[in-house]
Amino acid sequence: MPLRQQIFAIIICLVVFAFAVNLVRQRRLREEYSVLWLATSIIMFALVIRYDWLEALTSLIGAGLPTTTLFIGSIIFLMLICVQFSIKISKLADQVKNLAQDNALLRGDLEELKRGKTVEKCSEPLPGPH
Amino acid sequence: MKVLVLIPAYNEDARIAEIIAHVRHAEPGYDIVVINDGSRDGTAAAAEAAGATVVCHPFNMGYGVAIQTGYKYADAKGYDFLVQIDGDGQHDPAYLNRLVAPVMAGACDFAIGSRFLVDSSYEPSLARRLGMAFFRKIVSAITGTRITDSTSGYQAMSREVVRFFTSEVFPCDYPDADMLITLHLAGFSIREVPVRMHANSAGKSMHSGLKPLYYIFKMLLSIFVTLLRNRQGYRR
Repeated sequence: MPLRQQIFAIIICLVVFAFAVNLVRQRRLREEYSVLWLATSIIMFALVIRYDWLEALTSLIGAGLPTTTLFIGSIIFLMLICVQFSIKISKLADQVKNLAQDNALLRGDLEELKRGKTVEKCSEPLPGPH
Repeated sequence: MKVLVLIPAYNEDARIAEIIAHVRHAEPGYDIVVINDGSRDGTAAAAEAAGATVVCHPFNMGYGVAIQTGYKYADAKGYDFLVQIDGDGQHDPAYLNRLVAPVMAGACDFAIGSRFLVDSSYEPSLARRLGMAFFRKIVSAITGTRITDSTSGYQAMSREVVRFFTSEVFPCDYPDADMLITLHLAGFSIREVPVRMHANSAGKSMHSGLKPLYYIFKMLLSIFVTLLRNRQGYRR
């Protein structure tokens, strides 16, 4: 890998890593969602530093060029991120559904209680003269 | 024995009072709950004025979620049986008792009203007829029970089925063919009862636009994964 490409790839890996860590530090990204970002940047970093590993991986998957392997890696990473989000969204949708149902039922019970209290109040005998 | 009539409704203020009146006239002893699925019109007020109990979703979540809220309501209030009828006037309330009778008699756990076992004014489009025929063949083959109308929302069920449906196994996204297969796998008995249905003249069908394509995809996938799942997951 030419030195210029190597330097560029290392900078990208470090920026992604630092950016993800900083987001976690600021509590804008939860640890569970930072795993894939951090793991990918570490793997990319290792493959750029150890070029022989990248070449071995390239021949293992049958790709023509080491840069193709990096592209494939990026696409797999993006797909994994999307799958992770889809799973999370499905879970959140179920939780929102259950919360909304509980909210509707509780509101119904509350209205019923309020109505019962009103009827009770109306049927209470008026206080007599002291 | 306590029987609850569940009516899911979305923007049905023009017809809901009339449906409630018909249900009351047909079965005065049954309680009625309307699940108002985030309607933007006066459905809730109209249903309440007609004497039904109304449970309001904070926003629209779809037919399947609305009926599951009704199951949760029935379970919490301790109803013995539940009959479900659509809020768009498609189902004839005169058949309420005939639908719930086999469940009350213990002949089955779940009764589904079939429009194809009785002469009715309901005439689905050719595409819909084909879709219905396809899914009824699949459901009949898997359950071993002859099902002629797997998409019918006119249903009656026992307390055990209601409780079963309050769990996460209930398919909230178009609950029909896959729901029947889920019931079968859980060991509940299903029976079809002839009922009259009318064409939905004013309301917008939940199977309009591109939804039929999604429906076919979702239903096939749902049936497939339902069969793949471990039967332990459907334990009552």
